[in-house]
Amino acid sequence: MLTFNLLVAVALSYVAFLFIVAFVAERRAAQGDDAWLSAPVIYTLSLSIYCTAWTFYGAVGYAARSGLEYLTIYLGPSLVMLGWWWVLRKLVRIGRTHRITSIADLISSRFGKSTALGVIVTLLCIVGVAPYIALQLQSITLSFAVFAGEGGAVWEASDLNSVALWSAAGLALFTVLFGTRNLDANERHHGVVMAIAVEAVVKLAALLAVGIFVVWGIGGGVASTLDRIETSDIAHWEQSGGRWMGLTFLSAAAFLCLPRMFHVLVVENANERHLATASWAFPTYVMLMSLFVVPIAVVGLDILPAGSNPDLFVLSVPLSQGREGLATLSFLGGFSSATSMVIVATIALATMVSNHIVVPIWLRSRSQGAMMSGDVRAIVLMARRVSIGAVLALGYVYYRVSGGGGALAAIGLISFAGVAQILPVMLGAIFWRGATRIGAAAGLLTGFAIWGWSLFLPSFGEDAVIPMSVMSQGPWGIGWLRPQALFGIDGIDPLLHATFWSILLNAAMFVLCSLISFPNPLERLQGAQFVNVFEHSQGARAWAPNAAQAEDLLIMVQRIIGPGQAQSIFQKAAAAQGKEGYLPDVTPEFVQSIERLLSGSVGAATAHAMVSQVTEGASVSVEDLIAVADEAAQILEYSSKLEAKSAEQERTARALRDANAKLTALSIQKDAFLSQISHELRTPMTSIRAFSEILQDGGLPAEAQRKYAGIIQEEATRLTRLLDDLLDLTVLENGQVVLHPQEGMLHDLLDRAVSAAGLRDGGIRIVRRKADEGVSLLTDLDRLGQVFINLISNAQKYCDAKTPELRIVVHRVAGGTVVDFVDNGTGIPPAQQQVIFEKFSRLGDHARAGGAGLGLAICREIMERLGGRVSYLPGQGGAAFRVTLPKPEALAAE
Amino acid sequence: MAKRVLLIEDEPNIIEAISFILTRDGWTVHTHSDGETAADRVRQLPPDMIILDVMLPGRSGFDILRDLRADPQTETIPVMMLTARGQTKDREMAMRLGASHFMTKPFSNAEVLEHVRSLVEG
Repeated sequence: MLTFNLLVAVALSYVAFLFIVAFVAERRAAQGDDAWLSAPVIYTLSLSIYCTAWTFYGAVGYAARSGLEYLTIYLGPSLVMLGWWWVLRKLVRIGRTHRITSIADLISSRFGKSTALGVIVTLLCIVGVAPYIALQLQSITLSFAVFAGEGGAVWEASDLNSVALWSAAGLALFTVLFGTRNLDANERHHGVVMAIAVEAVVKLAALLAVGIFVVWGIGGGVASTLDRIETSDIAHWEQSGGRWMGLTFLSAAAFLCLPRMFHVLVVENANERHLATASWAFPTYVMLMSLFVVPIAVVGLDILPAGSNPDLFVLSVPLSQGREGLATLSFLGGFSSATSMVIVATIALATMVSNHIVVPIWLRSRSQGAMMSGDVRAIVLMARRVSIGAVLALGYVYYRVSGGGGALAAIGLISFAGVAQILPVMLGAIFWRGATRIGAAAGLLTGFAIWGWSLFLPSFGEDAVIPMSVMSQGPWGIGWLRPQALFGIDGIDPLLHATFWSILLNAAMFVLCSLISFPNPLERLQGAQFVNVFEHSQGARAWAPNAAQAEDLLIMVQRIIGPGQAQSIFQKAAAAQGKEGYLPDVTPEFVQSIERLLSGSVGAATAHAMVSQVTEGASVSVEDLIAVADEAAQILEYSSKLEAKSAEQERTARALRDANAKLTALSIQKDAFLSQISHELRTPMTSIRAFSEILQDGGLPAEAQRKYAGIIQEEATRLTRLLDDLLDLTVLENGQVVLHPQEGMLHDLLDRAVSAAGLRDGGIRIVRRKADEGVSLLTDLDRLGQVFINLISNAQKYCDAKTPELRIVVHRVAGGTVVDFVDNGTGIPPAQQQVIFEKFSRLGDHARAGGAGLGLAICREIMERLGGRVSYLPGQGGAAFRVTLPKPEALAAE
Repeated sequence: MAKRVLLIEDEPNIIEAISFILTRDGWTVHTHSDGETAADRVRQLPPDMIILDVMLPGRSGFDILRDLRADPQTETIPVMMLTARGQTKDREMAMRLGASHFMTKPFSNAEVLEHVRSLVEG
């Protein structure tokens, strides 16, 4: 006999196996090897989280109680996949274009990035899905109990509760580990998707195995099993046409609206074309899942004692035949169904809670808003982790409160009806430009209220939440408000009744309020972009470049998605505009792309709020402009070719303007260069000449003689150094330099540079992380060392902090290894960041600096020769320089 | 009583050299090395003559000269400008703004003395 402990061990090893699968998938994805991770078959299998424990166990129970009606649960999604794939395609396209993170984000984003709508949809989903999570906990618990019961143990309620509690805790841990490892810009979780794909295979295999055993092992083959079905009650159940239609509709709606389904369908979708595969593969999958449901139900009713729970036939039938191995496989199938659903549902809900409730509240509670100090990422991740815990806790509480009772199918259908309330608004959002946020809110709230009153609250049991008297006579005796007989229409199936009224009034309020309210400009813009997602509806607009805004944006984006990714995105955007460096012009397109990028991490509404704070309404007025242009949408749609051309022209114009500015600056600089050289040479010569004459005059005390000779020597050295620098620079600029590549270690080179920079006591403090410096180099080490020395002594000269500090940080980015030199002073203003690498471009107080202003120019030339780069890195607080180390092959090619 | 010279210059070694030469010749030398507050220093002293460098931190020698020439209290003080840039347009600019003499670095000590004397004693 299988002991309970053994079963727990099996479950735990299975979870450990999933851990490994998820971990390996994450590793592969991180290494960029994600081709097979994003295969269409994985996508299809991940959709199978539609089939939860409810389907796995409950479908048989459903068939045993109500005959073939269980098929409707599969029929709805299959119809959606086969017949409505164009809706799905549009959803996926919108999701990818606008970096939608959840269904709440979709609705909020479409209706003018409304925070309120995000909150409404999030709450609706939590209330709707918590019972569903409770259902999964219940099925895990019951399946354990079946095994325990078989072993002769009688379980008390407290045993069941502790199994449910442990399951919830374990699931929370798994979800936190793999769902919140990082804050990805596109919010995809390779590990989790891979794990649920594996679980999809396990549950299908388990159900098929039980089915085959039942048909051929017990039923004696296909023909005799069919005979059994013919003679059983199931063949004679009356089927209600209304319920069939209602349930098919509900399951179709739920398939689109359930947060977890939206998550796998839209958010985790890697490629639109996967939908084509899924449109036939997913219906095939659910067909296989439903193939043996009736035989199992019939045989179970036949051979098990009357009163056995039909929801657990999948387990109890093999157990009754002594097939423990099969029962264990079946247990793992049910376990898979439950865990995969809970994990994805929890990730989806936690994303919604953190993006639409926690982060907005947190942002609002801080006066500095988006520009606060500290790492936003840590906050968002923490919010997600806490939300995951909270969602599972809520599921557990619901499980306890509802008493763990009720048929599985009934609880599932209540959830379906709840989330189906989102359907009218969702369809309106993507197909109807006239839909407004007022309408959406009115529809959602109406549907939600009716669902709650007529289905959800009564589900806690008679007299539990709604008193009996209210159920039979209505609140305050108002008969037409009776929960299960609204408007006096009596005698319909409660589920059908609730679905009918809630969806009908929801849709009616949505349409009506949309018609009588006016969208604001942002809503109008988003509406046009969502509805016309397949056409291009964005064009080039007026823009006002502002380097300060670009730097602020960079600072903010760095805090949310991390410095490496942020810098490379800004650099690419600048390059696309024909600019060098990290600060592109803050054009509307750029602002929009940043907003989309951020919405992948914090949701559209929050991203919009944060970006607007930095661009100070600039983006809103631009969007006003676009909204005006949007009025002439037809013209825009015609002119996509024209727009491409004008964008091209604008790019050219910008490049020309920049080049012109550079030329003007260069010719001014040429004059300035000569007069600077003159100044730098004449100043030391003045001292030398004056003191030589003084010494020549004679008659000085010995001490003064020594002092003046010292000054002459010091100034002569300065002159020599300047000439060396000039010569060095000329040689470098003309490309006549001979490099001497050597092998060496980065940390040695930095050690040498730090000591050669001649730091004074009480001067700047150098902070290094030697652990990261184990990089081997093959380059001209003396030249690279010269760059490091220059940067260190610059920090020493110019850092104006009270306790000056220079951090030297080595890390890997997409382009190779970089060494950042970041001090804690006030940094360099954006306007001057462009010129600091020019010759003699010393800033401000030049006497204090004591150099000729050639250091950075030399650094730039050296790095260019070595095949690396040195650039100013804005947005780091103090002055920051990034040295991109040359790659060995760059040197070899020289 | 010794005549007073105000030397407005920011290179410490040049300050030292000029101070030495003038002091040895019997002048009282005051020095000032910040451009921004230089004009105030002139009004506060005021000296018998000024040696003024063109490139100063805070404010350029030309701006200071323009100020001095616009103020009745200081407009007659002789000003000898020094520059290390050595461009003719700097000389023209200095003379147009009302400098009494313009000298390019490096200079001979005798030359400095000669011009200081002639500017003060006429």
